[in-house]
Parts: sequence; C-alpha cells; structure tokens
Amino acid sequence: MNDSSFNQREFIRKIRLRKRTVLFFQCAILVLFFALWQFCADMGIIDSFIFSSPKEILFCAYSMIFTNSLIFHTFVTSAETVAGFLISTLLGTGIAVILWQSSFLNEIFQPYLVVLNSVPKTALAPIIIVWVGNNINSIIVVALLTSVVVSILNILSAFNETDKNMIKLIYTLGGNKKDVLFKVVLPANIPAVMNTLKVNTGLSFIGTIIGEMLVAKYGLGYLIIYGSQIFRLDMVMMSVIILAILSTVLYKGIVILENKIVSKVM
Amino acid sequence: MEYVFKAENISFSYYTLQGEQNVLKDISFGIKQGEFVSIAGPSGCGKSTMLSIMAGLIKPQNGKTKTKDGLKTGYMLQQDYLFEWRSVFSNALLGAEIKGTITEETKEYAKSLFEKYGLTEFMYKKPSALSGGMRQRAALIRTLVPKPDILLLDEPFSALDYQNRLNVSREISSIIKKENKTAVMVTHDISEAISVSDRVIVFSKIPAVIKNEFEIDMPYDSLRRDNPKFTKYFNEIWKELQ
Repeated sequence: MNDSSFNQREFIRKIRLRKRTVLFFQCAILVLFFALWQFCADMGIIDSFIFSSPKEILFCAYSMIFTNSLIFHTFVTSAETVAGFLISTLLGTGIAVILWQSSFLNEIFQPYLVVLNSVPKTALAPIIIVWVGNNINSIIVVALLTSVVVSILNILSAFNETDKNMIKLIYTLGGNKKDVLFKVVLPANIPAVMNTLKVNTGLSFIGTIIGEMLVAKYGLGYLIIYGSQIFRLDMVMMSVIILAILSTVLYKGIVILENKIVSKVM
Repeated sequence: MEYVFKAENISFSYYTLQGEQNVLKDISFGIKQGEFVSIAGPSGCGKSTMLSIMAGLIKPQNGKTKTKDGLKTGYMLQQDYLFEWRSVFSNALLGAEIKGTITEETKEYAKSLFEKYGLTEFMYKKPSALSGGMRQRAALIRTLVPKPDILLLDEPFSALDYQNRLNVSREISSIIKKENKTAVMVTHDISEAISVSDRVIVFSKIPAVIKNEFEIDMPYDSLRRDNPKFTKYFNEIWKELQ
C-alpha cells in the first residue's frame, strides 16, 4: 500500500492523533488525581492520617516489600483467585453438560439455580469457613462459590442456543447425543466458555477478598482488614491499588488468551 | 424399474399445547434407482418433514417407509453448516468420523472428490476462506463421503443469492448425475425443480397431500431453462400450487 492516496493517509493520521489524544487525557487524569491528593495532604486540606497520601503509600509499599513480604501477599491473593475461577469454570462447564444432556434434570434444577444465583454468595462465606476450616481451602471455595452458579447458567444457555441445524447435521450423519456434545456443542461454545472465564475473574476476586478478610493471615484482603484495624490507611490504600492493578492484569491476560484460542478454533 | 424407496400412506402431525397440527396426510410415492425427484410445494407445507421421515430422523404416526436392504441416506441441509473449528477436509470426514470408519481408503476417496470438484487447494483451509458456491460443494462432498445410496436435499440452495443459486444448483445437480446417485430434493422454487429433476411431485398446503406428479421429459443439460417445454411445465406446476 505504498501508493495510498493522500486522503487515505490523512484518514490514518487523524485516527492515530485521536488515539494519542485519548491516551494523553487518560494519563493526565491519573497523574492529576495523585498530584491533587498529595497536594491536599501536604497543605493539610485533608487529614493524611485518615486519607493517607501517594507518598506514604509508595513508602509503605517500599518498606513492606522487604520487611513484610508484600510480594508473597500479592501472590497468595492471585493464586487463590486463579484457582477459584479455573475450578469454577471447569465445574460450571461440567454441570452445564449434565443439565444440557437431560432437559428433564434441567427443568427440575432450574428454580434451585435461580435462587442460588440470587443469594449473595458473600453471605455464605462464614458458613464455608466453619465447614471447610480456617485455611486457604475455604478461601478458594468462597471464590469458587461466587462465580460457579452464574457460570452454569451462562454456559448452559449458550449450550441450549447451539444452532439446531448443526445438531441436526450430526444426526443426519448417523451420530448420537454424545457426538452432538463432542463434535458440535462443546467446540461451538468455546467462545462462550472463554467469556465466562472472563466474567469469573472479577467475581472470583470478590470471593477471595471476602474470604481473606474473614480468615486469612496472608493476602491483600488480609492486609486491607489488618491495616484498617491498626489505622494504617497507607497500607489499606496500597493494597487496594495493588488489587486494582492485579485484577486488570489478570483480566487482560484472559482477554489475550481468549483471542488466541478463539481465533484458532473459530 | 426397481424402487429404492417407497413411502406408503404417510401421515404426520406435530403436537403442541395449542393443538395438533396435521402436516402430512396419506402421502405415498416411490423413488426409482438413479432418479432425481423434486418435491415442490408452498412454504411450510411439510416438505422438509417428509425429508426428515425419509432420513429416519423422525417417525410418522401413520404409514411406513420401505427401503431396499441396507439403504444409506445422505442429507444436505439448507445451509452448508461447515464447522469453522475444523478444516474443510476434516469437515468432509465428519460422517466417517462419527461412524468410526475413517481409514486411508475413506481419506483417499474424500481427496479424490475434492480433486474432482476443484477444491483440492482449499482442503486444509478454514471454511470461511471459501465462497458460497465452494462451501456448498464442500458440504456435498461431506454428504458423499459415507457413500449414500440416496441423497436427500432440503432446499440446498436457498441460502445463496440468485446469481450464485443458478450456478451452484447446476453444479451440484451435475455432480449428483455424474456420481450416478438417486436424489430427492425439496424446494419451493419451481424453476429450480424443473431444471434439475426427472420428476416433480407437487405437495398441497398443509395438511399436505400429493396434488400431482410431472415427469420432466427434457434432456438433462444446462440448456433446460431455454427449452420451450420449460415454460409449459412451469405454468402447469404453478397452476397446481395456486
């Protein structure tokens, strides 16, 4: 495309300019926000004991990396979350397969799924902790619980919306229900399962943090609760910021994985 | 000539909470070896239901179908339904895969069909790389690989635009003739039915009965549409459908 016209180049140039401008404002807002925060704290407009300040947060992070194994806390939270959404997606797909292959079972369990879906799963966290124990397993179970029901519902509805004619094709070639499952329903719904995985990362984070707040000795949820109890707001704010970065990284990672897998199979 | 398939007094109804819908009523006909028969009729007249019964996908409430021993049917749907997560070649082997009969021989046979119908260079591509007509040919190869004795075509060209439709229907029907297959095609397009068939069976509105049958007495070639008899047949069938 060396001989692209002037108008074409102009068009590309405008789009690039627009992209750069947007990025500039996005960065500017972030910088301005922290600068304003720091300025207000320095001038005594806000009480930095309650609101902390970017400088204190950075200093807190710097000191905790060496003395309080901040990286370990972050790792624990990530591991629990990843375990939560992976198990939840696998379990959700498995249960969806069972309900898909028997519309009778599906009909029976529909109301239970609907009720379980609307129950705030965080309310179950204390029960899980009593049952499973005061350890990392109960946190993973809580993380799993927050997303598994919605996974089942999403994947099942995707399964049930599989093109009827693709299914008919399998029967015309002499296939049975098992062939329909493995040759059509599962491969056709890889994008839907990947999408569920994406939704589950966010939900699983909620479960992990709730669990950590209730029982853990490690993790960012623990740091948030601990920090607020001893009035170390810098520790709380730092944990929240790390959590924001962590969830974004994880989400983006899943999106990249999704694009790779979906472009390969679709 | 010997019948490879016979429908005897077939009746079929769909049942819903709103009531019973009788779609086929006392349908009887036979298909001879090597014949290309079209079933024409208004939309929603139960033509496709008839085809599903012939394929053994559903059972009629009354009447029965008689087939030659070990008759294998091949079915072609309204669209190609090639799976995007498989290569075109692997799509074509789907039937053999389901039956668990993938051998070097089936693969060779599939390859020979791809070669015969000009798709060799697209064999390992994704279906989306193929044009509408090519996809339809690939779908036909998928139907042919299990070596069916009788092909059942359910409005196989209705998803294509008019220009493509003429070319593809000519192409597909000449492949079927070349492979010497018996075929039954369901269509609501009268000219399509006349241009490819040896015989046209006309269904009425539901509950469908056979209104009439027309032997198409024209040489089978691409000039059928220009034959003066074409218009005559068209008008006769059109009148039946009114």
